Amino acid sequence: MASSVLTILVFLPVAGALAMLFLPKDKADLFKWIALGATGLQLLVALWLLGTFDRSAVGMQFTFMAEWIPSFNIFYHVGVDGLSMPMVLLTALLSFLAILTSWNITKAPRGYFSLFLLLDAGMMGVFVSLDFFLFYMFWEVMLLPMYFLIGMWGGPQRQYAAIKFFLYTLFGSVLMLLAMLALYFYTEPHTFNLIILIEQARHIDVQLWGVDMRWLIWLALFIGFAIKVPIFPFHTWLPLAHVEAPTAVSVILAGVLLKMGTYGLLRISFPLLPAEAVYFAYMLALLGVINIIWGAANAIAQVDLKRMVAYSSVSHMGIVLLGMSAIVSTNRGGAEAGLNGAVLQMFNHGIITAMLFMLVGVLYDQAHHRFIVYPKDYEDESLRGKLGFGGLAGHLPIFTAFTAVAFFAGLGLPALSAFVSELMSFIGGFSAFRTLTIIATIGILLNATYFLRAFQRIFQGPANEKWASLKDLSGREIAMLTPLLVLIIGLGVYPRPALEIIAVTMGELIDLVQAVIPLAAR
Amino acid sequence: MDIRSTFALLILFLPLASFVLQIFFGRRLGPKGVWISVAALFATLILAASMLATVVLGTPMDHHPEVEWFSIGDFSITLGFQLDNLAVTMLVIVALISSLVHLYSVEYLRGDVRYTRYFGYLGLFTFSMNGIVLAHSLIMMYMFWELVGLSSYLLIGHWFEKDSAASAGKKAFLTNRVGDIGMFIGIMLFWSVTGTFTFHGLYELVDVDGANLFAGQMGLLSLAGGLVFVGAMGKSAQFPLHIWLPDAMEGPTPVSALIHAATMVAAGVYLTVRLFPILTPAALLFVATIGAITAVLGALIAITQVDIKRVLAYSTISQLGYMVMAVGLGAQQAAFFHLATHAMFKGLLFLCAGSVIHALHHALKQRNDHETDAQDMRNMGGLRSKMPITWITMVIGALAISGVPLFSGFLSKDAILAGTLAFAGENSAWWAVLFPIAGFGAAAITAFYMFRLIFMTFHGKPADAAVHAHVHESPPAMTGPLVLLAALSFALFFTLPQVNPLNSEGWLTEALPQVENLTGHADLGVEHLEHGWHEAHDTAVNLSLTVAGGGILLAVLVYLLSLINAAAIARQFRRVGLYQLSFYKFYFDEIYDALIYRPFLWLTEVVAWLDWNFWDQWFIDGLGRNTVRGGNASGWLDYVWLDQYLVDGIGRLTQRIGATGRKLQSGRVQNYLMWALAGGMIVFFVASQL
Repeated sequence: MASSVLTILVFLPVAGALAMLFLPKDKADLFKWIALGATGLQLLVALWLLGTFDRSAVGMQFTFMAEWIPSFNIFYHVGVDGLSMPMVLLTALLSFLAILTSWNITKAPRGYFSLFLLLDAGMMGVFVSLDFFLFYMFWEVMLLPMYFLIGMWGGPQRQYAAIKFFLYTLFGSVLMLLAMLALYFYTEPHTFNLIILIEQARHIDVQLWGVDMRWLIWLALFIGFAIKVPIFPFHTWLPLAHVEAPTAVSVILAGVLLKMGTYGLLRISFPLLPAEAVYFAYMLALLGVINIIWGAANAIAQVDLKRMVAYSSVSHMGIVLLGMSAIVSTNRGGAEAGLNGAVLQMFNHGIITAMLFMLVGVLYDQAHHRFIVYPKDYEDESLRGKLGFGGLAGHLPIFTAFTAVAFFAGLGLPALSAFVSELMSFIGGFSAFRTLTIIATIGILLNATYFLRAFQRIFQGPANEKWASLKDLSGREIAMLTPLLVLIIGLGVYPRPALEIIAVTMGELIDLVQAVIPLAAR
Repeated sequence: MDIRSTFALLILFLPLASFVLQIFFGRRLGPKGVWISVAALFATLILAASMLATVVLGTPMDHHPEVEWFSIGDFSITLGFQLDNLAVTMLVIVALISSLVHLYSVEYLRGDVRYTRYFGYLGLFTFSMNGIVLAHSLIMMYMFWELVGLSSYLLIGHWFEKDSAASAGKKAFLTNRVGDIGMFIGIMLFWSVTGTFTFHGLYELVDVDGANLFAGQMGLLSLAGGLVFVGAMGKSAQFPLHIWLPDAMEGPTPVSALIHAATMVAAGVYLTVRLFPILTPAALLFVATIGAITAVLGALIAITQVDIKRVLAYSTISQLGYMVMAVGLGAQQAAFFHLATHAMFKGLLFLCAGSVIHALHHALKQRNDHETDAQDMRNMGGLRSKMPITWITMVIGALAISGVPLFSGFLSKDAILAGTLAFAGENSAWWAVLFPIAGFGAAAITAFYMFRLIFMTFHGKPADAAVHAHVHESPPAMTGPLVLLAALSFALFFTLPQVNPLNSEGWLTEALPQVENLTGHADLGVEHLEHGWHEAHDTAVNLSLTVAGGGILLAVLVYLLSLINAAAIARQFRRVGLYQLSFYKFYFDEIYDALIYRPFLWLTEVVAWLDWNFWDQWFIDGLGRNTVRGGNASGWLDYVWLDQYLVDGIGRLTQRIGATGRKLQSGRVQNYLMWALAGGMIVFFVASQL
């Protein structure tokens, strides 16, 4: 099983989607059960992978390589290491939970669930690919189901949001494609193999328009990944896509898709072009800080709860960037804290934001709105500027408790998972760029501000009679939220198992990149 | 496992167990179930007290167990205990106040909608607080620091249906976060130079006689220490971060006693005491200045407040300022001494206030009065006869905080005042004298406003005789803790086996001697400092007796005997604006609101506008629109101009040429001949020109 396990992970959902095509359209319930089965199996396989994964081993594990398009030296080449392992788990877990979240989808369930499974396969493919061409293909494969999921099952502005998401991401893909082709053509022998490219890419010595080709490749890759993260100023597709997407798609979008950007930087940009990684580290830190503060400041001003959570993602992904910039830290402990913190933060943000979006979805399903405060241009004039909810804590204790945990995890409370990863990212960032990190700490305050403000306005204060009929969480909702809750508390109290998975790979990456820093500069 | 570690673990985790029990099973257990929590807390008290007993009996505690939390390459974080005399003493204080507050709350909160949850939160708080006390490293302290912030948030917001309570909880959390950011940056600075988070590691690596990793960059050390202290400023409600504490009085009164008077707010002082060995003179001066400002500011505001809990809240701020100032002036031992005595008498004062409010609240409820404020002292008066136990115990608390001999506050306050005098004597700079002035000035005001409170509440005529008739003394579960804490407010308790009421030497000073400052400044040597305090002792006693007596006397004249008309004085002060300054708390909330909070919210609106309307809708979508426009233009060029006009034009031209040319082919030989002739002539002509 060892060599085919990753292939199974990727193609299990595809099999599920194919199966749906041969079933009659009117058996609506069947589709969600198939989707649940496929993602459930996938999760089990991922857990088996986790159990078998050797935490102390250097390099790729469970690798599998087969010729695909030999004339262009393209391979089907997959494998996992400490960087991709957490992402694989995250993808499998959130896909499964997202299916549970979608349980009440009634509009064209066959299309919805089969597209969802394709999306799942695309994401999984990205995280296990070791061939750039394969990586790129999965990256694009994912785009299409996402486009339809937002465009067909989304909110009122779904088409606009879907097109915007699609075009924005495609723009990044084009740049990535150019970078990929440059890497391919300027190395000898021509290859897309990411492992071989680690050796080869840094020797590219060509100029284009008087600029070093490696710079251009780095920047093209960077913009491609930056759009996904999303890094300021490429981030504005995100709030719109989130607000319009159905809950489960938001969960996947924020929980998994955003991580592809930072994953790409760590998997491709850093090891392939280490000198440029060092050169651009300051820029990375600076953008990270801007993300943290800009995202949080925006979140404070939002009146739509879902939009607020979307902007909080911008802020929290900034912390990942800050941690990653520690790659140039001369303090070895700082570099390790930063890089490990960044990867852990990717995972933690995935589970926390997934939980946040699920909770927003639960509220929206019942109340059909999610305004913290009704906007100034709301259609019903009597409601403008009024609180959207208020005092929900009184009669929805379970919902309130889950939300409180998610909010406090979002604002980085100790004993909840994000604390550790944010702490480590900040410490790492501090060891490399003191002033920037000090500025970034303002984000700690801002993040607390919008979460507590929203909590007060929705859950505290006098109960709003209008919402007295809202029901507390159902069994299914508790079932889909509890795994995340357990992980958030578990990793907050005992982060060691997660860090052990990541640590060896990050140590290796730091060695690799820092080897290019001249000794004198260290 | 070492028995000391076992004890510490039990003390730490029993309250957490209580939290889990009440949160998950509270409803099933019912109101009787809270007794399990009370029992758990008394168990921690017994454990902590037995540890303290071994210390007092002569076995100093010095135990530092630690385990690795996680370790990756060169970066690791450990969890562990710093079990020394200081921690053990603090544990007893926390366990004592917490268990008494648990007991007291059984009655006070009876019938509350979230009765069991309240006890759960109390357990969470005690767990977190014990974590701060036991923490062996800055990072571990920071974690529990935040958890304490959480439990404070939850307890202040216990009655979250009230907007004011919900806002107060939020304000407390956010104001504390401002301080925590400073603390976090300080921790990172310490770590980036020394590579350690533990107090012991820092003591070793900062010591000027030892490793001193800060050699040549003492400024950085001052900065790091000062920044960590900013965290203490948040938690201990120091100027300018004091604004959250008065609002925190929205929480149930026992919570105010436990968290916002005796223990949590003292955590900042505790941290500063822990940090003292590595604080440079510059950092210490900063600490002292903040403390002195806070001490005076709090006292000045307390004078005019009419809400009984607010008076006590500002009093707490003032007393915390005292402690902080003491550490800053080098009197680290005196600071902790005052922390210990203050925990008892301020806990007592709050519980007494709670007893009064409880009684008044019930009396008002019986009269179906839901308008009158049960916390406003103007609605009290004459309660002495109705609530004798509360009255006597509160008077004892007031005597203690005013610094009257025989009571505990006298000793600790006197030690601090001697410290200020010694500092002023030592330091020739003109501003050094401001510290004793602040100290004695605040002491005088404290005595005045405390007795103002006593007289307004318990003496004089009842504000409303009908309500007064319904007032009853509180039940034993509430008065019991009062009596116990009143007993612990006597000086004797802190000086045994010594019994001299004017001398603070005893078991506490024995167990917690002044510690050495490691940053290498001659004036901060222990012997030097103690010599200075000894010299200043007699002056301090005389002066502090005078100011305390003066303050109490003034209160007697104004509020008990009414020989001086309070309203007339107030009018005088109002004329020059001083009264308003005090009554409206120096307008801190208004200033922050106008200068920070509102501009900040406005700024976020601007940012959101820039982000969405400008950047996304105008620029990004503009790019999209222009691309479409460009596409349309190129479509027009392509079809209308290139295709229709140019390409088809060429076609049309060709057609036309063809049509014209066709006319030439007339089929007549003469015509052809003529054209051939003309052509030939042109050729001939052109050729001849070359």
